[in-house]
Amino acid sequence: MEQVIITNNLTKKFGSFTAVDNISFYVEKGEIFGFLGANGAGKTTAMRMLCGLSKPTSGSGSVAGYDISKEYEKIKKNIGYMSQKFSLYEDLTVAENIKLFAGIYGMPLKKIKEKSAHILERLELTDRKDTLVKYIPTGWKQKLAFSVAVFHDPKIVFLDEPTGGVDPEARRQFWEMIYEAADNGITIFVTTHYMDEAEYCDRISIMVQGKIAALAAPKDMKKEYGAATMDKVFRKLVAGTFNQE
Amino acid sequence: MVKVENISKAFKNVQALNNVSFHAEKGELFGIIGPDGAGKTTLFRIMTTLTIPDEGAVFINNRSIFNDYMKIRKNIGYMPGKFALYQDLTVEENLNFFASVFNTTIEENYHLVKGIYSHIAPFKNRKAGKLSGGMKQKLALSCALIHKPEVLFLDEPTTGVDPVSRKEFWDMLYDLKKMGITIIVSTPYMDEASRCDRIALIKNGAFIDVDSPANIINNFDNILIALKADNMRKLLKDVRKCRQIKSAFAFGAEIHAVIDSDNFIEEISSQLKSLDHKNIEIYRIPPAIEDCYIWSR
Repeated sequence: MEQVIITNNLTKKFGSFTAVDNISFYVEKGEIFGFLGANGAGKTTAMRMLCGLSKPTSGSGSVAGYDISKEYEKIKKNIGYMSQKFSLYEDLTVAENIKLFAGIYGMPLKKIKEKSAHILERLELTDRKDTLVKYIPTGWKQKLAFSVAVFHDPKIVFLDEPTGGVDPEARRQFWEMIYEAADNGITIFVTTHYMDEAEYCDRISIMVQGKIAALAAPKDMKKEYGAATMDKVFRKLVAGTFNQE
Repeated sequence: MVKVENISKAFKNVQALNNVSFHAEKGELFGIIGPDGAGKTTLFRIMTTLTIPDEGAVFINNRSIFNDYMKIRKNIGYMPGKFALYQDLTVEENLNFFASVFNTTIEENYHLVKGIYSHIAPFKNRKAGKLSGGMKQKLALSCALIHKPEVLFLDEPTTGVDPVSRKEFWDMLYDLKKMGITIIVSTPYMDEASRCDRIALIKNGAFIDVDSPANIINNFDNILIALKADNMRKLLKDVRKCRQIKSAFAFGAEIHAVIDSDNFIEEISSQLKSLDHKNIEIYRIPPAIEDCYIWSR
């Protein structure tokens, strides 16, 4: 199986603070990989390095076949990204958002047109394509944001807490979209604070203080830690950060 | 202590709140639970006298939000969802500032914030903007408490926080509840419902239920089953094709589904077997709050 993300002793330091501490792992093509950890464990820093937005202090890695230290511009063209905090421009319409992001990735206008029509139909948003995104319900917005993030057919899509605050039904519909993308060969790299969503991943890692403390399929991890749910595994591995400086 | 009566509020053509009512008693920990965009923040802004409703009335300790809003403001604490302290002031300066705005001092009410503030006191000379997420929240909570409010309004204090740290936050709320402070708290996390005395489930601007978490679960009037098999993704697709199943959703390692009669379980099982599923398990389960939310009418 092709490995589309590989890291070897990847490390990032900020002054004397080691945010990401010697992490090594791989993700296979078409895999749904859950990247879990407490707030402040180093998830975002690691993800920024994988997306080519931050250079590692030491160690190496490749994403979509490109070196994360040197070929980061190529990486950016081959990945998609969405987060809960930033996904779409609220003051642009649904159609304008699609056109903008697809244009940034250099897709030809004709192709954008065809594909937009298809996506709007699938999301049942055709009637609302000229509505400003800020007037669209959150659940729908997230589904649209995901469609936009994979619009240019990236090899890998990075999802940073994509379902935070989304209603229970829309959250599940969102995961069904993730499944479909994975079935089409897109690799999914996702962070979440919902432990039920950890169960939907093929494999997950749990980061604790910059290191990967566990990495396995949810089923195997539950067995290893003798826990009935991923929530319990998480509680066994992670000390809360709420009382940390 | 808090009476919300038939509140409605619209922004242009969006009905943010639609005839919402609840009462919270003194000392109660009351949760308003629902996703982003359901109307939680609008309701909080109305209760804290920052937004005027189109219809209905709110009384905080028998004071009206229309006539007595200045008195209400003196007697409530409000922690908005977004960090709203002065990032360029130190920890201690922030707390001092909020105490002085309310004509009190840190010393006078220190007993109220001691349990929380003692964790951040070692960093009292640090700028608020330089604190970790958990520390910021503790400072915000201290500032909301320093004038000894009758009611504490906390709008989504745990959003985006990991499960372990969320639990620590709720433990802290329990300590405040023990001191007799009435707490109204909102959250999008359904699993936090069980930590509240009573909850309101909010969907599209309307309350779908107001009761204790236990009563909401007891009043669930559908037959809920859980399903498992080796290939869960295929199972979800196939389960949805079963005519005996009204609707089904993934729930962690299980699929939850609603059926009309217990008698269907056998039929469903044999149908799934014929579709080549291995290690099929189907059993009745009691609902969690999230099930109640999804399957509410």
